[in-house]
Amino acid sequence: MYNFEFVKPATLADAVAALSGEDAQALGGGQTLIPTLKQRLNQPGTLVSLLSIPEMVGVCKTDDGALSVGGATTHATVSAEAAVDFPGLAGLASHIGDPAVRNRGTIGGSLANNDPAACYPAAALGTGATIVTNAREIAADDYFQGMFATALEEGEVITEVRFPVPEVSNYQKFVQPASRFALVGVFVAKYADGVRVAVTGASEEGVFRWSEAEAALSAIFSVDALAGLSVPADGMIGDLHGTPAYRAHLVAVMTRRAVAAAA
Amino acid sequence: MTQVSMTVNGKSATGTVEGRTLLSSFLRDTLELTGTHVGCDTSQCGACVVHVNGVAVKSCTMLAAEADGAEVATIEGQANADGSLNVIQQAFQDHHGLQCGFCTPGMVMSAAALLKDNPKPTEAEVREYLEGNICRCTGYHNIVKAIMAASGQDVAIAAE
Ligand SMILES: Cc1cc2nc3c(=O)[nH]c(=O)nc-3n(C[C@H](O)[C@H](O)[C@H](O)COP(=O)(O)OP(=O)(O)OC[C@H]3O[C@@H](n4cnc5c(N)ncnc54)[C@H](O)[C@@H]3O)c2cc1C
Ligand code: FES
Ligand code: FES
Repeated sequence: MYNFEFVKPATLADAVAALSGEDAQALGGGQTLIPTLKQRLNQPGTLVSLLSIPEMVGVCKTDDGALSVGGATTHATVSAEAAVDFPGLAGLASHIGDPAVRNRGTIGGSLANNDPAACYPAAALGTGATIVTNAREIAADDYFQGMFATALEEGEVITEVRFPVPEVSNYQKFVQPASRFALVGVFVAKYADGVRVAVTGASEEGVFRWSEAEAALSAIFSVDALAGLSVPADGMIGDLHGTPAYRAHLVAVMTRRAVAAAA
Repeated sequence: MTQVSMTVNGKSATGTVEGRTLLSSFLRDTLELTGTHVGCDTSQCGACVVHVNGVAVKSCTMLAAEADGAEVATIEGQANADGSLNVIQQAFQDHHGLQCGFCTPGMVMSAAALLKDNPKPTEAEVREYLEGNICRCTGYHNIVKAIMAASGQDVAIAAE
């Protein structure tokens, strides 16, 4: 690693100020950023830790019944604290990586990074969550802009993620056994006014909504409603872990499993 | 360079670190606690697992500066006060839970974190908890057996 300065502000205002400095970068749990820095793929002058900012940590219900998760909340905390109000989200968080990764990694870091195989993007898009930053609120449908690309501006901090809580939901991940990321992951969420289905790990465009499945499941929420539906292999990721056709097949399989588990 | 202070295995420890100094380097190079191993240095193998404020973390993927003010526990602090092996360590010895021993400090620290939260895990829970701890020697069965035994449960596991 190239050397850098480390600062640990105690308030969001101080963090935003520190991040406006030249070459400053946010540090969440470091579970993606520290390995990246070790490879010298990045050379920040200052790392600004977000983990000591109380207003950015924790899970709570909002007045309108949404679940609010602080941007610096670890996966372990989400899996424990969302278990009652939003078990679909808690279940997703409890299977990210391994216990030590979950004790450090944060929801804000995961969404800022937007790895095409990450789990949280599927939950955010699959619920139509709101990504709240120090500057504005961004709808999930506008936030994800392709592999590792998001609507965030330089120095913008994810302070909170607000999830509309579904009636039922489930996330199914086909684990890539070496990395433990999703080879394909599907988040299904049923609301009074319809069903959302978001797919991670599969597409070269990053996380996406499978609208055909959404329409079918909004009409009848059952595995049978998915009969005959498939996504085209065109545009799916092909690598040594799986061909585009294999990933396309897994999208349908994981969606069926998620509906079966949720229904 | 900045000064950091933390409690390591119940004793206060202070040192000067760079921003980039990893907790694993601080423990091994500054405090000379070389029981914490660095296997991959890429967050994959779990040989470097220690406890920070009571939870398991990979010390190769945390900055020493982030642990300023924290309570850190390493393998060196695991033995009983009289120097004898603790229950988990003894179970690893009794059940042949190690061969070369390189992964063992991380395995023992992960096992300790698991049993603190879940004193009577099932075999499946033990295996799932160890997902981030890689062993190139044992094939895991004897590690799982040792942890089951340390939790006071039957060591006869399905894989035998
Ligand atoms: C062994 C291993 C297995 C893993 N398995 C999975 C898995 O199965 N599924 C999965 O989804 N992920 C997995 N991950 C990734 C893990 O979830 C990371 O924790 C996560 O991707 C990044 O979060 P972080 O808090 O560690 O962010 P960091 O690594 O600290 O930061 C990542 C990026 O986000 C920026 N950032 C951090 N916080 C914020 C914020 N609040 N606002 C704006 N920008 C911010 C940083 O500047 C940096 O660019 C795994 C990681 C490892 C090491
Ligand atoms: S050395 Fe830290 S995970 Fe391998
Ligand atoms: S005993 Fe050799 S790596 Fe586990």
